[in-house]
Amino acid sequence: MHEYILSLVVWVPILAGVLVLATGSDRHASLARWIALAGSLAGLAVAIPLYSDFDTSTSAMQFVEKTPWIPALHVFYHLGVDGISMPLVLLNSFTTVLVVIAGWQVIQDRVAQYMAAFLIMSGLINGAFAALDGILFYVFFEGMLIPLYLIVGVWGGPNRVYAAFKFFLYTLAGSLLMLVSFIYLYFQSGGSFDIQTWHGTPLGMTAQTLMFLAFLLAFGVKVPMWPVHTWLPDAHVEAPTGGSVVLAAITLKVGAYGFLRFILPIVPDASEQLAWLVITLSLIAVAYIGLVALVQSDMKKLIAYSSIAHMGFVTLGFFLFNPLGVEGGLVQMISHGFVSAALFLCIGVMYDRLHSRQIKDYGGLVNKMPVFAAFFMLFAMANAGLPATSGFVGEFMVIMAAAEVNFWYAFVAATTLIFGAAYTLWMYKRVVFGNVANPHVEDMSDLNAREWLLMAVLAICVLGMGLYPKPFTDVMHVSVVDLLAHVAQSKLP
Amino acid sequence: MNLMSFAPALPEIFVLVMVSLILVIDAAVDDSRRYLAFALSLATLAGAAFLTARGMSSMPVLALNGLFIDDPLSDVLKLFLYLATAVVLVYSRDYLRHRGLYKGEFFVLALFALLGMMVMVSASHFLTLYLGLELLSLSLYAMVALQRDSSVATEAAMKYFVLGALASGMLLYGMSMVYGVTGSLALADIAQNLADGTDLRIPLVFGIVFIVAGLAFKLGAVPFHMWVPDVYHGAPTAMTLFIGSAPKIAAFAFVVRILGEGLESQVAEWRDMLAILAVLSMAVGNIAAIAQSNLKRMFAYSTISHMGFMLLGILAGTQNGYGSAMFYVLVYALMSMGGFGMILLLSRAGFESDRLVDFKGLNRRSPWLAFVMLLLMFSMAGIPPTVGFHAKLSVLQAVVEIGHVWLAVVAVIFSLVGAFYYLRIVKLMYFDEPHDSTTVTARLDVRTLMSANGLAVLALGVMPQPLMAVCLYAVGASF
Repeated sequence: MHEYILSLVVWVPILAGVLVLATGSDRHASLARWIALAGSLAGLAVAIPLYSDFDTSTSAMQFVEKTPWIPALHVFYHLGVDGISMPLVLLNSFTTVLVVIAGWQVIQDRVAQYMAAFLIMSGLINGAFAALDGILFYVFFEGMLIPLYLIVGVWGGPNRVYAAFKFFLYTLAGSLLMLVSFIYLYFQSGGSFDIQTWHGTPLGMTAQTLMFLAFLLAFGVKVPMWPVHTWLPDAHVEAPTGGSVVLAAITLKVGAYGFLRFILPIVPDASEQLAWLVITLSLIAVAYIGLVALVQSDMKKLIAYSSIAHMGFVTLGFFLFNPLGVEGGLVQMISHGFVSAALFLCIGVMYDRLHSRQIKDYGGLVNKMPVFAAFFMLFAMANAGLPATSGFVGEFMVIMAAAEVNFWYAFVAATTLIFGAAYTLWMYKRVVFGNVANPHVEDMSDLNAREWLLMAVLAICVLGMGLYPKPFTDVMHVSVVDLLAHVAQSKLP
Repeated sequence: MNLMSFAPALPEIFVLVMVSLILVIDAAVDDSRRYLAFALSLATLAGAAFLTARGMSSMPVLALNGLFIDDPLSDVLKLFLYLATAVVLVYSRDYLRHRGLYKGEFFVLALFALLGMMVMVSASHFLTLYLGLELLSLSLYAMVALQRDSSVATEAAMKYFVLGALASGMLLYGMSMVYGVTGSLALADIAQNLADGTDLRIPLVFGIVFIVAGLAFKLGAVPFHMWVPDVYHGAPTAMTLFIGSAPKIAAFAFVVRILGEGLESQVAEWRDMLAILAVLSMAVGNIAAIAQSNLKRMFAYSTISHMGFMLLGILAGTQNGYGSAMFYVLVYALMSMGGFGMILLLSRAGFESDRLVDFKGLNRRSPWLAFVMLLLMFSMAGIPPTVGFHAKLSVLQAVVEIGHVWLAVVAVIFSLVGAFYYLRIVKLMYFDEPHDSTTVTARLDVRTLMSANGLAVLALGVMPQPLMAVCLYAVGASF
């Protein structure tokens, strides 16, 4: 059984998606919804053994599968997870269920294609997290662009075509240079696409620097880091709610994951030497993008910019080279997965009722939607990093780690506590409190059962992780320590 | 010379006999029995495939006084040529019928072109190479001009003929110089002679330049590409489909036979020439394709860029390089057949579905065909999990292997540019509303073949090993 878990985690959602496509048509939309729900739940169910049977005492890859895939090119179908990737696989499988439920009534047009796109993408993303072969990783990494392109372009807002193209071409631009790096590594490592072999391949400083830049572009676009972040607000604003949720909660994490799986261990010397670059870009993202978020009038854009600022914390944590920082970054990734998903769902709830994302169209929502206002409050607080929510844990760990390295890093990073609170709470105040500003708000009804369920599940996750993060940090600790020990060794020949 | 020495050329002889037969039979039947020529052509392809498969040998066999070679490379490529020709015939049928071109001439010319390609693939001598090339080219000129009353098609045929003749002249001139240096026209002797060293460097290099220029003309590589968009656009789509598929496979064989076998020792001379051609082709092809509003023209420019990519594999000059170029060209033929086949499938009597806007909202009209086209477009763009990605990957690998990382970087940058216009087709099909609500009425056999074509792109993307192994096997026995 254990030998096939990861294959199941990858292929169950994909096959479920194909099934939805094959059986679903717009006349039988509800059938497509139920099959999609069953498929996403099955996808989550097969992923649970990854957590329950995970050995937290080792940093070695677990649940490993390895068979030749393309012998002519020495490419293997090689899957495995460690403490870094396993939580991300779970997060992805979990989010897929939420997305399917979130799109239940909202999507009425081409339902089967919508659900299938999400399921297939979920499987591909799991594959990217679990792949231990460079080409296999690349196939999943690029393959996930196709469904996301369609999701943004088909079900998105008025400016969706521009957003879909921008998102696709930005991401492709980054990853193509990474592909060249992979091929170069193949020859340097004596004919292997195995990522763990690459971890031990000696490389000269010039090669390391060039590859570092190629990887930084590939993953930095995906994260996204300042200044290659501009695709994200566009894509978020235009994407349907489900698309925004997956984009923020999952695909950004694929980029951050790439830093830990590729950049740090494969080019450690260049990483150390160019850490200042990543740290600077991260701090700009934290401070500057926080200010940009403050002036947004569109709620989705505001949350999109807040995502960039929060991901800045993640990359900052990774390049402090101490366990606290890296673990803080990982915790922040998971937490941001919950919080950003919840906030985009909240905006989706409002948008479904009023068909506007502009802050000025709202006001006094608490009078009409008290339950919603309470949930929204919790998630807004989590986004601002309030203690006892998951948002606090990661940020606090990273700031502590930064203070150990350099006081000023910590100082700039800590400004997020002010900016984050400012833009989130100010938006919250304008949308929820005050007098009913718009006659349409009068007609708004509170959460229905489906929405309540989504909010409640995410609220439990946010609070649970905020109050007791130990299960998460336990899982990743050994892998992180081992990773940093590896990074500390020079690979110069 | 006894009768047995003709044995390796049995498929060619069979095709020639059958073409003559079809010519005679077709002249005797009236319009209601045109399917006879169609059925006989398919039977010819099946018979030739049988003969080729039966005569397969793992060792190269020289025949006809060293003019003709039967090796795994030629056998494998011939099988793919038959397949491609058969697919072209099935796709073209309704289109030709609606335009009054469903005549015996089309089938006869297509089979003559096939015969030319078979000779090119199996040639081991400058003479046979040239004969095969001319047989192919003359058939293609005539095919383009088959629609006599279309001024665009006639103009295209004229351009094709004039520039094609010029290219043939260059090639012959180059060949004659190589002959002057080595004293032989047989590829094996030339290779032997050049490997021993020659002090006639200048005529030799001149000869190589002319040969490469001639080949570049035939491939449509920049800066010898001017005829490609006009011919692709002007020719009836069925002919464009044919020009864009099988002849590319034959052209690959032609190039590796001359450069890889005959001029193997001069790799240092032609590698840089091919590198320039490849970079220019990828640049011009991909950038110019963006500006096109006609799908056939867009595919023409995309062909130019794909040929540039394939040249990358050849210029590596290694077994892996030739193998990856062969994989690339087979995959390209598959995708190109799908792309042009889709235009044919969506065309009706009096309506050419060859403008970009004709693909608007295809997902509303026929979700399945839109999905097939989506697979083809992503494959042409080289996005996994379609086979186009593996084709690009193996070529890039071959280039990095010889240490030309910069070429790989240039190639991926231009394939990023290329992704834009393929994505635009997907955008038209999926994001836009249709402006033409006619239901697609295509025959079941064409639909099935089109589905198989699209799914093959995905299936080979998930499982590329068998085709890759075939390519490496074919190349491995010859180089």
